[in-house]
Amino acid sequence: MTRRVLSAAAVLLVALFLLSGTGHAGGVQPDEILSDPALEARAREIGRELRCLVCQNQSIDESNAELARDMRILVRARLQEGDTDREVLDYVVSRYGDFVRLRPPFQTSTYLLWCGPALILMAGTIAVVVFVRNRARTRDDAARPLTDAERARLAALLRDQPR
Amino acid sequence: MIVELGHFALILALAVAVIQGTLPMLGAARNHGPWMDVARTAALGQVALVGLSFACLMYAYVVSDFSVLNVVRNSHSLKPMLYKVSGTWGNHEGSMLLWVLILALFGAAVAAWGRNLPPALKARTLAVQAWIAIGFYLFILLTSNPFTRMLPPPADGLGLNPLLQDPGLAFHPPLLYLGYVGFSIVFSFAIAALIEGRVDAAWARWVRPWTLAAWVFLTAGIALGSWWAYYELGWGGWWFWDPVENASFLPWLTGTALLHSAIVVEKRETLKAWTIFLAIVTFGLSLLGTFLVRSGVLTSVHAFATDPTRGVFILLLLVIVLGGSFALFAWRGPQLAGGGLFRPVSREGGLLLNNLILSTAAAAVLLGTLYPLMLEAVGGGKVSVGPPFFNAVFVPLMGPLIIAMAVGPLLPWKRGDLSGALQRLWIAGVAAALAGAWAWTRDMSTLLGLLGMAMAAWLLVGTLVELAGRIQLFRLPLTDSLRRLIGLPRSAIGMTLAHAGLAIAIVGMTGDSVWKQEAIQVMAPGETVTVGRHSYTFEGARDVVGPNYLAIRGTFRVERDGRPVTVLEPERRRYPVERNETTEAAIHPTWLGDLYVTLGDSQGGNGAFVTRIYFNPFILWLWTGVGLMVGGGLVSLADRRFRVGAPAARRTQSASPARPAAAKEVVTS
Repeated sequence: MTRRVLSAAAVLLVALFLLSGTGHAGGVQPDEILSDPALEARAREIGRELRCLVCQNQSIDESNAELARDMRILVRARLQEGDTDREVLDYVVSRYGDFVRLRPPFQTSTYLLWCGPALILMAGTIAVVVFVRNRARTRDDAARPLTDAERARLAALLRDQPR
Repeated sequence: MIVELGHFALILALAVAVIQGTLPMLGAARNHGPWMDVARTAALGQVALVGLSFACLMYAYVVSDFSVLNVVRNSHSLKPMLYKVSGTWGNHEGSMLLWVLILALFGAAVAAWGRNLPPALKARTLAVQAWIAIGFYLFILLTSNPFTRMLPPPADGLGLNPLLQDPGLAFHPPLLYLGYVGFSIVFSFAIAALIEGRVDAAWARWVRPWTLAAWVFLTAGIALGSWWAYYELGWGGWWFWDPVENASFLPWLTGTALLHSAIVVEKRETLKAWTIFLAIVTFGLSLLGTFLVRSGVLTSVHAFATDPTRGVFILLLLVIVLGGSFALFAWRGPQLAGGGLFRPVSREGGLLLNNLILSTAAAAVLLGTLYPLMLEAVGGGKVSVGPPFFNAVFVPLMGPLIIAMAVGPLLPWKRGDLSGALQRLWIAGVAAALAGAWAWTRDMSTLLGLLGMAMAAWLLVGTLVELAGRIQLFRLPLTDSLRRLIGLPRSAIGMTLAHAGLAIAIVGMTGDSVWKQEAIQVMAPGETVTVGRHSYTFEGARDVVGPNYLAIRGTFRVERDGRPVTVLEPERRRYPVERNETTEAAIHPTWLGDLYVTLGDSQGGNGAFVTRIYFNPFILWLWTGVGLMVGGGLVSLADRRFRVGAPAARRTQSASPARPAAAKEVVTS
């Protein structure tokens, strides 16, 4: 809870960065590390995908919170029992809910999130193509006659001009 | 007394802003010279008043006046002077005061240096700037008054979050705000142009230096924050895709797009409506960032709901500013028909691609940042959108942008020759292949490593090819080429520096993401750990007393192949007043990578500590690259053509008969 309050203070205080409440060197402690380096590397990868639920936008890999430590140990325990990465993630999600995933799942509530950037890019591309086509048409713009207002202004300007 | 003076000055500034927002606007509509001239006086008056107000608050901090609530909450008599001063803006109320100070500063800069702007454009720009100021003065005075007294005063203050007690972070907010708020003047120019219904090359030329200045500050501000995170947070991370980071990155993305589209308006009188749109969006995103950070809506929707006054106020302001601007844009925008024709393969085409990708990237980051809020607001449940999402969406977009960045500058305006440009880039292709191959054959390499290094090489060499072409390197004698180099317009040199800077920064980003090495362990004094090619011997830790903290300082002897390299002394500091701890990493930067050591908790009683040792490859290239980008912006700002608005250029202006006519035209239209 204190961490949370401190985090909230940091949000207000810092213009750019949102921080963990404490400034410790974060994350994984030596006693958690698995002896098998390949397994540990997988644990780190998974850790970066999981959110520390009591922190502000930190993965369990970076956080000092007790909960994050528990989750790291849980991930390593599952890995040691021979779970695949996918199974570990599914297990953690089944216990903590979708909110724990920093990479949101692809489901009804997130279709817009995952497809949004592609849709925006497509719409933008179409707009640009249409625009460029118009621009590229060899239409002689200069031949457009002056409007009455422009003609009047031109006349006025020419009158003002010292000869 | 002095504190009340500051409060009073702020109220007076509000009154001046009301005058500045109304009289000059009416004057411009009726072509009434003296009314328009009020803008200049008022803008200068505003900066004096807000400056006085800010100075009063700073004085309260410097003398530790604990009868001021704001000082009590954010300062302490034992704090070093630097952090007493930076404490002025290291809190909500003070930072908002800094916000309006910078707003007034930009208004005054236009008033002082924009002497040969058409009077109506200048009057309207300053009036719009005053409207924004009115909103924020009201915000401060009604919801966030920094001058509130606390009686009776306590004996001492509560102190400043130790994480903020750092030189990097002391100057990070002012720089960032200069960028953020700097885009306000571009916005004001855009709104003024919409009111006049006229955007032309001259307008773009007046606006570009302001855009560039804001961009330079924003780039430097973001980089400073990133650098601070790198050395202070203790695990060598430098970008977290955090909502607050994104809030500053969004205006950077659209601001960069704006910088490039304004070139097209200036040179070719096309993309006018789009440029205006970008100017509105960029400042809108700055406001949105302010809202996100200031309302507490990011911490949780609940925090927002329990104290909604501030959040609702800024949200309202945001809705009024954006709603009004877009309505005006929808009304007047279609009249801004562009002139110049061009083929798809041309400089215009390249800049358009730049705008397409940067805008898409901004939209994608915005979507990811706001999605959790929006989903929760419509009752769709809680979802986290973290770095994996942003990397998956953002990084692929940057690929085509970087490839195109080398080609675009080689294309002429109107109609380009793609195969000709690509032929000139053969050497960049060779460099990219070599860099990619080198990256691929390294240990632990990934596809990202290969692509990142190849693109960095492509962009760097491609940028140099463009420069070589301009100065006819190897075609003319070397001395002639050098003479040409010196004679190049500053803006051209600025572009070369900025583009090359990005290439160099990409080396750092890629290197650190792909080849970072770390070792986390418990080390007793005398133990040695090898990370990469360096061995680190822990020689023990001792207690140190700082000005307002107590620290444990560890000593690590670093060797490479048996030869001493350096001694690193990381610290853990405890701040008794604030009851908080910070990690001070010890860093030895080299061009190949930073040696980075932090000290963790003490383990057992025998002087052993948890230690974290990192090798962060090429990270120095990231800071160097960003430095070059900022430098490029500054060099470009020094370009003579940009000083059209400066007093020195007056002579050239009055010498040419076309100019006053053009100015007059704007007035009468």
